Amino acid sequence: MQPTNLQTTNNNLPLYTRSFRMAAWLGWQIESNWTDPFLFAIYSIIKPLAGAAILVVMYSVITSGNFASPIFSYIYLGNAFYIFVGAVMTGISWAVIDDREHYKTLKYMYVAPINIPAYLIGRGVAKFLVGSISVIITIVFGVLFLHVNVDPAAINWLLFLVSLLIGVVMLAMMGLILAGISLIIVQHVGFIGDAVAGALFLFSGAIFPLEVLPVWLRPLGFAMPVTYWLELLRRSLVGSVAQAFPTLQGLSNLHLLGILLGLTIIFGTISIFLFRYCEQIARERGLIDRVSNY
Amino acid sequence: MNNNSSSTHQVLSPLKNASPLDGGRLHKNSGWRLYFQTVIARAYPRIIGQQREKSWMFFDILLPMLSVCAYVFVYRAIQAPEDYVGFVVVGGAMTAFWMNVLWSMSSQLYWEKEQGNLALFIMTPASMMAILLGMALGGLLATTIRALAIIMLGSLFFNVQYAVVSFAQLFAVFILTMIALYGLGMMAASFYLLLSREAWHISNLAQEPVYLISGFYFPIKNFSFWISAAASIIPLTLGLDAMRQLVFKTGPTLGFISVPFEIIVLSVLSVVFLFAARLMLAYMEKLAVREGRLTENRR
Repeated sequence: MQPTNLQTTNNNLPLYTRSFRMAAWLGWQIESNWTDPFLFAIYSIIKPLAGAAILVVMYSVITSGNFASPIFSYIYLGNAFYIFVGAVMTGISWAVIDDREHYKTLKYMYVAPINIPAYLIGRGVAKFLVGSISVIITIVFGVLFLHVNVDPAAINWLLFLVSLLIGVVMLAMMGLILAGISLIIVQHVGFIGDAVAGALFLFSGAIFPLEVLPVWLRPLGFAMPVTYWLELLRRSLVGSVAQAFPTLQGLSNLHLLGILLGLTIIFGTISIFLFRYCEQIARERGLIDRVSNY
Repeated sequence: MNNNSSSTHQVLSPLKNASPLDGGRLHKNSGWRLYFQTVIARAYPRIIGQQREKSWMFFDILLPMLSVCAYVFVYRAIQAPEDYVGFVVVGGAMTAFWMNVLWSMSSQLYWEKEQGNLALFIMTPASMMAILLGMALGGLLATTIRALAIIMLGSLFFNVQYAVVSFAQLFAVFILTMIALYGLGMMAASFYLLLSREAWHISNLAQEPVYLISGFYFPIKNFSFWISAAASIIPLTLGLDAMRQLVFKTGPTLGFISVPFEIIVLSVLSVVFLFAARLMLAYMEKLAVREGRLTENRR
């Protein structure tokens, strides 16, 4: 009889893809099967639309509905694409909490012949899909009813798709960092994703240009890959936004792509090593099957 | 730890002699004494728990503060009048109460069911209404501290200027808003008794849409009259509108309806929600018992 290899970080492609694929399917079932598809669809779009509507009303109250201004497109598109940040990043890290605390299955995942990082990233796919629908609906709603200046014929599709792809990989890597940290802590484990997403929302200039931040906080924004990612997405959809604000005006699209790619590689490398380190500590301390009931 | 345990023991189970196992007689409260004892017992962990794990305070204040800062910077980016910064700070502080009602009142009986405590609660001679009231009271006190911290920090960071018109009215509005709000939470808690996995999703869904229609970050006067009137079913809508009118210079010009009228409506909502909570709890408890949902655990 062949001995079973229980090493969870094995480096072989079929193992990665199988773990990823099955986790994506499992994640989709968990996310969607608590209600019927119609209610699930409504649930998936109401929350992001309400979040966008708060900003629209705030803007409309002050500017008497001057939606043609570039700042409105800046705010609206930044907020819409930021849905991906919460969905992908917290989707991956939440899988640790869900499996360990709620379903109490994390220990079984660790004894199964799967690759755990690939499994966790796969669990984030469902939230990415739901998030994508929310982003599309939010933007379409903005274009149709709020005069967001997105002209499909003028979109730089290549820049958009490349930026989106790099950004999603970057968010997945950041999610893996949070998942690693979630493995070794008990209290506040549910808050980590929200706290990081909230901090990024504030410091990455998602809904306001970085010049509005106090000078001493701006370097934080410049160190975040999300800042460059959102700027690239805005530029690809509405080029005029780039000229309206001085924050990243001096950088060309290629510069921004280079910075985003570089930061993604850095965060990706950190995530792999940090996850392995945290996982090792969790194994040593017997934290994989700990249930705190927090 | 020992000190805490002994004080808990005295508050929660007043024994006349020693343990019944030693031959002592166990004193049993009943009637209104048992009711208040239950209220205190359920409020106790809400207040004391926070003292034991102070790091919760950090996250409970940090997360709303991040939203407050983001919305303040949006207003600054579009050059809004400074009073709007104050609206965001006060609205951000009030989100703590809405979150508490959603996650620690409405969903609480669902969590208790998930962990197997709900059946134990029902088996005891204590009133379920007293348990809900204790949860509300403890949650309200603990959340008030968080809300005050958010207001203090927000006011300091963004130099918010207040111009209070009437402290008496402000106090009345706050108290009535809280009674009505926690009454609504108690009502929702009984509804959640029947829910399973969808409870989490419903609470999650009731955040942003409520922030929007209740005008947490802008005056609801900007909606049409009927939308604002419909949103007033959530006590925080009128509570926030009245508070804005009472504490900011430009507040009265941006108010939905007059403060005295808002106080009357909030008083009515308080009575209606508390009464409805009592009726709903009795009904839902019976229904849950009949359908065998008190001990189910559908993950």
